[in-house]
Amino acid sequence: MEHVVIIGNGIAGTTTARHIRKLSDKKITIISAETDHFFSRTALMYIYMGHMKFEDTKPYEDWFWKKNRINLLRAFVQNIDPHKKELKLNNGTTLAYDKLVLAVGSKPNKFGWPGQDLDAVQGLYSYQDLERMEKYSPTTKRAVIVGGGLIGVEMAEMFLSRGIKVTFLVRENRFWGGVLPEKEGNLISRHLKEHHVDLHFETELKEIIADENGRVKHIITKNDKQIECEFVGLTAGVSPNIAFLKDGDIALNRGILVNEFLETNTPDIYALGDCAEFHKHPTGRKNLEQVWYTGRMMGETLAQTICDNKTAYRPGMWFNSAKFFDIEYQTYGWVFAQLQNSEAEFYWEHQNGKICLHLVYDKTNKKLLGINTFGIRMRHEVCERWITGEKTMDYIMQHLKDANFDPEFFKQYENEIMNQYNQKNGTNLRVKKRDWKRIFALN
Amino acid sequence: MKLIKNIGLLICITGFSFFIGSIFIGEYHLSQEKFDNWINNKGIKSEIFIADASNQLVGKTFSAFALSSKLIELAEKSSEIHQTNIQKWQTEGGQDEKINKEWSKVIWIDWSKVHKDFTFPLLQSTINSSAKNNQWLAFFLTFGLAIIGGLLYIIPDFILLGPAGIKNNKLFQHSATNRGWGGMLVAAFFIIFYFLLYFFPDFLINPILATNPISLALSGNSASQWFMYGLIYCSVMTVFAVKMYVKYRHNLYQVIRTTVVWFFQIAFAFLIPEMLVRFNQPWYDFKNAWPLNYTFFFDWNINSLLDSGNLGLFMLVWGILLTLVVIPVMVYFLGKRWYCSWVCGCGGLAETLGDPYRHLSDKSLKAWKFERYIIHLVLVFATVMTGATLYTYFSGATTVLGVQTTSLQSWYGFWIGSIFAGVIGTGFYPIMGNRVWCRFGCPLAAYLGLVQKIKSRFRITTNGGQCISCGNCSTYCEMGIDVRSYAQKGQNIVRSSCVGCGVCSAVCPRGVLKLENAPDIDRVNDNPILIGKEKITLNS
Ligand SMILES: Cc1cc2nc3c(=O)[nH]c(=O)nc-3n(C[C@H](O)[C@H](O)[C@H](O)COP(=O)(O)OP(=O)(O)OC[C@H]3O[C@@H](n4cnc5c(N)ncnc54)[C@H](O)[C@@H]3O)c2cc1C
Ligand code: SF4
Ligand code: SF4
Repeated sequence: MEHVVIIGNGIAGTTTARHIRKLSDKKITIISAETDHFFSRTALMYIYMGHMKFEDTKPYEDWFWKKNRINLLRAFVQNIDPHKKELKLNNGTTLAYDKLVLAVGSKPNKFGWPGQDLDAVQGLYSYQDLERMEKYSPTTKRAVIVGGGLIGVEMAEMFLSRGIKVTFLVRENRFWGGVLPEKEGNLISRHLKEHHVDLHFETELKEIIADENGRVKHIITKNDKQIECEFVGLTAGVSPNIAFLKDGDIALNRGILVNEFLETNTPDIYALGDCAEFHKHPTGRKNLEQVWYTGRMMGETLAQTICDNKTAYRPGMWFNSAKFFDIEYQTYGWVFAQLQNSEAEFYWEHQNGKICLHLVYDKTNKKLLGINTFGIRMRHEVCERWITGEKTMDYIMQHLKDANFDPEFFKQYENEIMNQYNQKNGTNLRVKKRDWKRIFALN
Repeated sequence: MKLIKNIGLLICITGFSFFIGSIFIGEYHLSQEKFDNWINNKGIKSEIFIADASNQLVGKTFSAFALSSKLIELAEKSSEIHQTNIQKWQTEGGQDEKINKEWSKVIWIDWSKVHKDFTFPLLQSTINSSAKNNQWLAFFLTFGLAIIGGLLYIIPDFILLGPAGIKNNKLFQHSATNRGWGGMLVAAFFIIFYFLLYFFPDFLINPILATNPISLALSGNSASQWFMYGLIYCSVMTVFAVKMYVKYRHNLYQVIRTTVVWFFQIAFAFLIPEMLVRFNQPWYDFKNAWPLNYTFFFDWNINSLLDSGNLGLFMLVWGILLTLVVIPVMVYFLGKRWYCSWVCGCGGLAETLGDPYRHLSDKSLKAWKFERYIIHLVLVFATVMTGATLYTYFSGATTVLGVQTTSLQSWYGFWIGSIFAGVIGTGFYPIMGNRVWCRFGCPLAAYLGLVQKIKSRFRITTNGGQCISCGNCSTYCEMGIDVRSYAQKGQNIVRSSCVGCGVCSAVCPRGVLKLENAPDIDRVNDNPILIGKEKITLNS
């Protein structure tokens, strides 16, 4: 029986294993150095804040793996011998494979800052990172977080939930400036301030200074400001966790290079998830996409290929979501930080400054390209149909209610939004009632 | 703010201390007159018991514990003598009349009934305590302080917890909400309280008296233990509804739902029935449907409704229609939630007092399997018991297939009605989550669930591929549904046990879940592969 070995028990590796099992009877082994069982990395913050226990973040109960004949191995893979088709593990043993799947994920970026390896200076990626945060928290009065992205904001929320003060250094002039357009960035920046996050824009880290025990005692910024702190969170992005592959045969760039079938340059070795980088993305998106959903979709695709139904990765429309303290964010299609030349936009913001809808469309033909929403939930299927079905702005504005996914009784803003749209465009459109037939595409 | 909160906690604990302390105060002076009245009312025929009690107890003063245990001791002693006589005469033979007469003198002692039926009325009539003489004061010191303190404890969270949003911080780190000593203390308090209420109300006479003025004002009757319980229920729901408002003020579904379920408790389970009594009508809760209301078809209830003219008849017909027509139709349109988390009193307590414990429900597959067996068993049992009751009612036969109808009824009343629904159902909130009864025991929930599963417009829609498998939804599902297992596959959640509380949707950080009523075609969508990418074709 063919033996498929998967390194990494995250969403990418686990999805691959589950779908291989659905499709075949192959022998499957998942190796991970991090935890015995698959857990949801995205929920690390909730463990720290006491919303959940570690147990609750495991999407499958512990009996699941045995029942589905998926072997779990807790070990670190030190290197790969593609000629002998063998892995060398840190416990001194070797493991033979017929097909090898690399789903090794990422690690937090460190940009060579002086002091970046001191005690209480770390990112938040693994379960061990969480344990370390736990360990340092009781003796931390202020934490400095470097890098204004999603994980940084989660870290800020975590510390604040324990009454630890947070200073946030952001390189851009607004929160998550590389991704969010200005107005949305400002909206979130305001919300962070409402939660008493001490935000420093256009500020970068220069140096981390240790106390006599080798733990951080303060940091110095590039404009030579000194900030006392007992913890530094490094959340300036992540990069593929491929150090152990450096001297091998597998072709690497920033990540493990793959083609549209998620094949590496080495026969019978595949890579996917956070660690995989396309030579050229099959649908023109970014070559390296480090999110949960892409890991899952790649896993579903790769299982097909491994089970003899060679399938190219076609992720469809981009989508993502996040939550910044109390404000939920969803995005469908592309809304870039800067409007492109061929694009036009429509932006509505509620007077409370916490809810907004941002639509980006093609200037010439008025077709929808992307949606950002803050504080309003939208229906994935409907948004996807609008964007891939190339609906025009007028159509979308009239059918906005179809996409509303907020819980029942929530205040709906479509009429307000339409008023602004009409004013801006000199039109006289009306919002149509929600229609189940349209929503479920029953016609 | 923090100070107000702490003062509130202190006041609340003081209220509870008065409540608990009041159990131990008061004297019971047994006058001849009150004793005779009681003997008459109870129809006690044992001359041995009467003589013993007159000699040893009448004219003296006792504590509640001493008096009730003395009474029971004497009753047991007398019954023993009567039963020995009977045995003796039976072996001698031919003295049937004498034997029958002797049987009627035996006082049956069953621990679960003797206190509430036998000693409670006497103790109630003989008490002399500061609570009896200052009922309003007693009300203020117990209920008043607990309510005021509770509100002072809760309301500052409006500011302390920061901007509106999901704030479940520390739930798994605090002893009160993570099965620590705090939680166990609360559980012990609940369990003991239910035992006293159901089986030993003779120790709760002072707390009952504290609610007397309100009962007199409402129905004109003096308060019973059930009135006190109703008032506690309403007070607790009110205080914790305020907590819900503070906690979920950003979520209008929760705010409206809390208001409605609170209203149904206060109006339909409390005020209206008490008013009915005031106008000499039967105590009737219009929303309490069979089989949750398992005594609905008991002969005393049917008779009392039939004796109450047109209104009584209407109540009888309404009760039947409620179960047979209103419930299934409403479940079709709205899901089981319209009853379980919008109207029902048990649900109302679970959704208010129980909210801080919802994450303690067991999500394992094992628990789900157990749940399906036991809840349907209870439904079957409730139906059989009611069937036997009706058979007895119409045929007059006291046994069905060799089983006494009354023993079926009292078995159900004890194990299901009291132990399961009350002691375990509420007492175990801090241990097994807030819906233990609704999930594992309620026969009405089982019935509503069957309808919801088979034909309903209700479902929880999963938003495409947005789930990040974080587990918040499953953790906070009070019914122990593994919501995530559906959401991460892009499947809608259609489960018979879902009570539509809406909290999974509220806590989901990615906006994945929406409770909705929509056309029931395609309600269960079995996506083999998630959307978010182009469909995989099999021969590419
Ligand atoms: C705090 C946090 C919040 C996030 N929130 C979101 C979110 O809201 N939405 C979203 O889309 N994404 C989010 N992400 C990103 C998302 O979690 C990742 O994209 C995803 O988990 C990557 O999955 P993966 O399977 O590729 O890799 P991983 O989950 O990283 O799994 C890789 C595993 O392989 C193990 N491993 C690596 N090398 C070896 C070796 N040599 N031997 C043995 N084992 C090895 C690692 O220890 C690890 O367990 C978040 C990430 C973090 C850290
Ligand atoms: S599935 Fe959601 S709505 Fe249903 S009972 Fe559970 S938490 Fe409540
Ligand atoms: S809470 Fe939302 S994102 Fe988290 S597992 Fe449930 S549905 Fe998925």
